[in-house]
Amino acid sequence: MKDGWVMVIGLEVHCELKTATKLFCGCPNLFGDEPNTNICPVCLGLPGSLPVLNERAVEMAMAIGTALNCEIRPSTFHRKNYFYPDQAKDYQISQYDEPLNANGYLVLPDGFRVGIERAHMEEDTGKTSHAGTSGRIHGADYSLVDYNRSGVPLVEIVSGPDMRTGEQARAYVTELRAILVATGASDGKMEEGSMRVDANVSVRRSEDEPFGTRCEIKNLNSVRSLGRAIEYEAERQIALIESGESVVQQTRHWDEDAGRTSALRSKEEAYDYRYFLEPDLVPLVPDAEWIDRVASSLDPMPAARRAALVDLFATDGGVSDAQQDLVTTVVDLSLDPLVIAAASAGVAPSLALARTANEAAKSAEAAGRLDPASFVALLALEESGALTATQAKTVLAELLEAGGGDPAAIAKARGFEAMSTDSLAAAVSEAIDAHPDEWSRFCQGDEKDEKKLTGFFTGLVMKATKGQADGKAVAAELQRRRG
Amino acid sequence: MSPTGLGDAAALADGVRSGGVSAAEVLEGYLDRIDAREGEIHAFNLVTAEEARQAARAVDARVAAGEDPGPLAGVPVALKDNLCTRGVATTCSSRILEGWQPPYDATVVTRLAAAGAVAIGKTNMDEFAMGSSTETSATGPTRNPHDTSRVPGGSSGGSAAAVAAGFAPLALGSDTGGSIRQPAALCGVVGLKPTYGTVSRYGLIAFASSLDQIGPFARTVADAALLFDVIGGHDPADSTSLERPAPAITSVLDRGVEGLRVGILSEHLDGAAADVVARTRMAADVLAGSGATVEEVSVPEVKLGLSAYYLIAPGEASSNLARYDGVRYGRRVAAEDTVTMMTQTRSQGFGAEVKRRIMLGTYVLSAGYMDAYYNQALRVRSMIIEGFARAYGTFDVLLGPTAPTTAFALGAKTEDPLAMYLSDVCTIPTNLAGHPAVSVPFGVGDDGLPIGIQILGPALSEGTIMQVATVLEANGGVS
Repeated sequence: MKDGWVMVIGLEVHCELKTATKLFCGCPNLFGDEPNTNICPVCLGLPGSLPVLNERAVEMAMAIGTALNCEIRPSTFHRKNYFYPDQAKDYQISQYDEPLNANGYLVLPDGFRVGIERAHMEEDTGKTSHAGTSGRIHGADYSLVDYNRSGVPLVEIVSGPDMRTGEQARAYVTELRAILVATGASDGKMEEGSMRVDANVSVRRSEDEPFGTRCEIKNLNSVRSLGRAIEYEAERQIALIESGESVVQQTRHWDEDAGRTSALRSKEEAYDYRYFLEPDLVPLVPDAEWIDRVASSLDPMPAARRAALVDLFATDGGVSDAQQDLVTTVVDLSLDPLVIAAASAGVAPSLALARTANEAAKSAEAAGRLDPASFVALLALEESGALTATQAKTVLAELLEAGGGDPAAIAKARGFEAMSTDSLAAAVSEAIDAHPDEWSRFCQGDEKDEKKLTGFFTGLVMKATKGQADGKAVAAELQRRRG
Repeated sequence: MSPTGLGDAAALADGVRSGGVSAAEVLEGYLDRIDAREGEIHAFNLVTAEEARQAARAVDARVAAGEDPGPLAGVPVALKDNLCTRGVATTCSSRILEGWQPPYDATVVTRLAAAGAVAIGKTNMDEFAMGSSTETSATGPTRNPHDTSRVPGGSSGGSAAAVAAGFAPLALGSDTGGSIRQPAALCGVVGLKPTYGTVSRYGLIAFASSLDQIGPFARTVADAALLFDVIGGHDPADSTSLERPAPAITSVLDRGVEGLRVGILSEHLDGAAADVVARTRMAADVLAGSGATVEEVSVPEVKLGLSAYYLIAPGEASSNLARYDGVRYGRRVAAEDTVTMMTQTRSQGFGAEVKRRIMLGTYVLSAGYMDAYYNQALRVRSMIIEGFARAYGTFDVLLGPTAPTTAFALGAKTEDPLAMYLSDVCTIPTNLAGHPAVSVPFGVGDDGLPIGIQILGPALSEGTIMQVATVLEANGGVS
């Protein structure tokens, strides 16, 4: 960020709810099937059809509101009117001035608190594909519309204009995503569009100045694009102002390949949505009992789960910065139950955390399905010395690939048995004898050389023993011999 | 009464259920009358003779098998052309829906079939129910069977005319601002606008969703009640459907009006023709003579009804009719790009009155104007509800004319939209309040054409207003 400038960022996140059926009809909520197969008179907006609110979608929306510390309030639905071919009724049913969830907040891992203005329910549109070179509706040869997505339930989460850096915006989306996944309401897949982010960005010279004119950026398909787009947009606005021009309030499109934003429409061209109360639906007024039931069925949120992992290290003087990152990774991937299970069974928390964040995380989906007992058994083998670190990682990979199994049996099948001290000593001797120069340098070398040569000899021993040797044991043996 | 005469529906159903007459015979009688006079009346957009014959045969087969096809066994029913019928063209008398065949039945259509009724055709209407004379129909006007130089009223003019002409003993219409009651009055038949939420709107092509309600036309109060009992009741497919049984009214019609407190709504006498006012006072006398207490009452708020209605209804309509864009169904005017395609489709597909209301509605919902118009109209709507509540604190029902005049001549008001709108001045307040009201024929005016008396009541008072209607019906010949 350029010196002398402050950025102001607010984010609007659309999240598709993982309900079995759509928001206002009984069609399967399955986008990606053969086009126009999951449709009915209601989600196709046929004349005479009427919406009926999906109770499960309301519960998921309330779960999101609860997780974001919102007030859950009596709410209504409005019609947002605009013409577009993917809009089956040429209006969208959305909550407007009386959203279900309002006035909440989200705390980032570093403690920064972002206000949540509202988290309201609405229906998704169909999906249009434009044939032709432009890729947009203007200038298309023809356009095709798939209404399978029409009527899919969405919750739109609107943050306050509280973030000041692209990094905070990224952290917000990452944390929000983890929370949405934890509520069970969303799969949080930004790349697949089940979570869509629009960013409102403005700049000003100091925190004391009023907000600058903002632009809304659309088409942000990853947390990375979000950060890039925000930073590009802030620079663009600063350059405008510094050259004596002013920022025009508009909606802008992020072009990931070009790395820049371009104007979609200005405030003057903005739609007049003519919001009015949806006469086909009645007010949604959840009672206290329903709100409590939803709240009490919520699993712990990511912040609490991170704290639970950190707690495991309390007796060891807490986590290092590196371990804190591993904790975040593990919770983001919902793999914390593995660490907790291992630690409860007496495995060192640092080992459990490392194996989960570094190895299991590589196949996070499989790891999520893994029986914690087999993971615990594997770590116990490693901790006892029965398996080397390398062997343990190999067995873990196999466990994940096979979807489970007995680690001891896998180790045995692979011929993984801890080497006897004698065979290890023999292999080390062999390596030293073959490379006397390196050995003498090791014996008299400085710290840097020593580290490099430890790696050199360990590599030789590993090669000779086909990976069966424990790296740590080799290093210890080398040290012992040097005296 | 002969089975194929202009009999009452209840008797027809009894005849069919008992095997005394076949549904097929009943149907042919009505089809014959349609053949004889439909060319002159144009009550229908589509007569579904073959489908009806099939349905009638199915009813007869059930009777032969010893089953009971239901309370409307073999009774032909005409359906307003804004009620969705699976595989049968449903057009709202609009070019924009020309040829469109819904893939589903409206809930009322399903309920009719389940009760053994035989759908005989789709009736003409003002385009998208916007009008009071059936003259805005893209298929041409329907004529009043009592005088074919006159309009039948609207927007459900085809349904009213079909019953009046003996094309069907029963018909369904929809009433947004009087579209059942006003044509019922002008055609001399009974028309009931039920309490909002008692009859499912699922499959009724929307005009103004917060006002629309489906209701029956019949030649007698008892038949209208019978039809209402069949179509009413909760429907989970309509979120505004009341979660309680609709009042069953057939069984309470004969309870009389002894001790009933009847208020003559003075605002509805203002501006009505002298002969209409005279008949209204005569109706009041009949009720007084039958044991009711009758007094004149003023509910000044109802005078604001028309203005509020012409902001609220077009506002909702502008949104409800947005979907006719040529993308998914109905008419499409091919064009170079999507925006032109949508614009041309709508420009060519909608008639003048529909366009007028879409523009009006779009305007009143627009940023900067919404509060002055639409929201103000909603406040007026609340005032009207309060005004009625006050009146119903003292009176059980209110009484007035259904329409200010008898049927007017074709073309008389087509050039003057405001004059046309005024023919709904007595019926609109009921829709804004969501209350029920019935129009029952009560003699004729100076021109010999039918006059309808409207009985209004609070929510779910269908039984009471139909009791009053029953008394007026029995004494309608008094002059």
